[in-house]
Formats: sequence, structure tokens, C-alpha cells
Amino acid sequence: MPDAARVLPLDGIAPLIGPALTMTPLAPCMRLILRGRAAAAAAAAPALGMRLPVLACRSARTGERAALWLGPDEWLILAPADDPLAATLAAALAGVAHALVDVSHRQSGLSIAGSAAATVLNAGCPLDLDHTAFPIGMCTRTVLAKSEIVLWRTGALAFRVEAGRSFVPYVWQYLAEAGREFG
Amino acid sequence: MLLIDCPYCGKRPEIEFSYGGEAHVARPADPQALSDDAWAAYLYLRSNPKGRHAERWRHTHGCARFFNAVRDTVSDFFVTTYKVGETPPAEAWPRAAE
Repeated sequence: MPDAARVLPLDGIAPLIGPALTMTPLAPCMRLILRGRAAAAAAAAPALGMRLPVLACRSARTGERAALWLGPDEWLILAPADDPLAATLAAALAGVAHALVDVSHRQSGLSIAGSAAATVLNAGCPLDLDHTAFPIGMCTRTVLAKSEIVLWRTGALAFRVEAGRSFVPYVWQYLAEAGREFG
Repeated sequence: MLLIDCPYCGKRPEIEFSYGGEAHVARPADPQALSDDAWAAYLYLRSNPKGRHAERWRHTHGCARFFNAVRDTVSDFFVTTYKVGETPPAEAWPRAAE
């Protein structure tokens, strides 16, 4: 039996690099969804090396790990693909009511950056992406045209977009199309 | 675009939300004791007012939480939104006092 090779939804797609817009498919990483109340969030903090954000739509980072607030009892945790976090987190949460699900392969991501990034995202996303309304570190589930996405502002002009695996090619093509006028 | 004030996330565009029917429809504690008419009324009869209406909404493409809202069915104006389990301000929805 041949070895099963993982195929990513944006395999074979070259990054778009222009003066005002850069779009790059992201390498595989670990994604965990943690659901639970304050007790679970407190129990997870030592294993994560940081406290989970409790403010709505905010994120926390430590090293290469990040935790994104998605709901009052729901966080998306991002970590490098080889991070042993899933096991340590599960051990730390033993005995506390929670749900910890590995969704690394459920969704895929891309980064979009540049002075036109917010404008291009706004071609399909109705949120106000001005710095006053959507500062660095803000993250939220929202919509991009017909797809649900998680949008995270990682820098002044940089965003990370996460979408369901089968939606990623659509999201990519939609943003690439919207970005044509910016080269 | 109409902005809806999610009690968790703040003002967000309408297309992130989905409607969840009338709010504060309490399930009878003992359905066996009800007549068929009373049970059918619980299942199917809704108030359908012209004016202020308490209803459930879900921030589907956001925090994914259900919450309640008082909305004017004539103007589509959202008078207030509040979390599940909370009571709306009496001035927003007079029926809460009944």
C-alpha cells in the first residue's frame, strides 16, 4: 500500500507578491479548539504558557503559540505542527469539564499583508477593518463572501485568514481576484 | 448595512447573524398534563406582533452564541439585545413585566 501523502488545499499555488498586496498560503500547523468555562481556561493556562484571552475578539501569543478568542467559552489555539501541546493540554485539563478537539486538518490558512490588505478583505468581509475598530491582535469569526473565515490581525498591515479546508481555494481565488487592481 | 449589537462581540453586520424565532417561549413543565390544544399552542402559536417583538438571534458567523433581542417588526429597529437568561429592560419590552 502506498504511503498516504497529505495534500493541502493550496498546494501548487504560488504566493502573490506585489507592491501593495502579498498573499501566502500558510504551512501546516496545529490547530486546537478548546471549549470550556473559566475553570478550564485557568487549567489550560500553565500548559499553554499563557492565559487565554477573556476579552471578546482578542488574542494572546507566546513564542509560536497563539490563542484566539472565538466565543465566550471557545478558543482557537495555534501552534507549530510538531508542538506536543495537544497531549500536555489534555493532561492539564483532565478532571475539568472541557472539550479539546484537534482541528489541524479541518481548516487551512493564508496570510494577506500589504497596504491594500484591508481593502481587499473588505471586498468580501463586511467588518470595519480600520485600526480603531480592528486593532492589531483582534481576531474573530466572520464571513468573506460565501465563506465563513477566522480573521486575525497579526500586524498593522497583516492579517491571517483561516477557513474550512474545502473553502480555502475559494477564499484564495476571491481575494486574488479582488486584489488584481493592486497588482 | 444593519448592525446588530451582539452582547458578546459588540456591533456586527447583520449577515453574520441568524434568526431563531420568538424568545421567552417557556416549555411547559409537565407536557403530559396539557390538553392537545394547549400543547399545540405551545408548539405552533406565536405572538406575531406589529411592533416590539422579543426574539432569539444567533451570532452564527461570530461567537456562535444565542442571545435575545427586542426588535420593532415595523421599522426593523433593534431596541435592545441581552444575553439568554437575562430580562429585557421594561421600557424596551413592556411584556416582560407581565
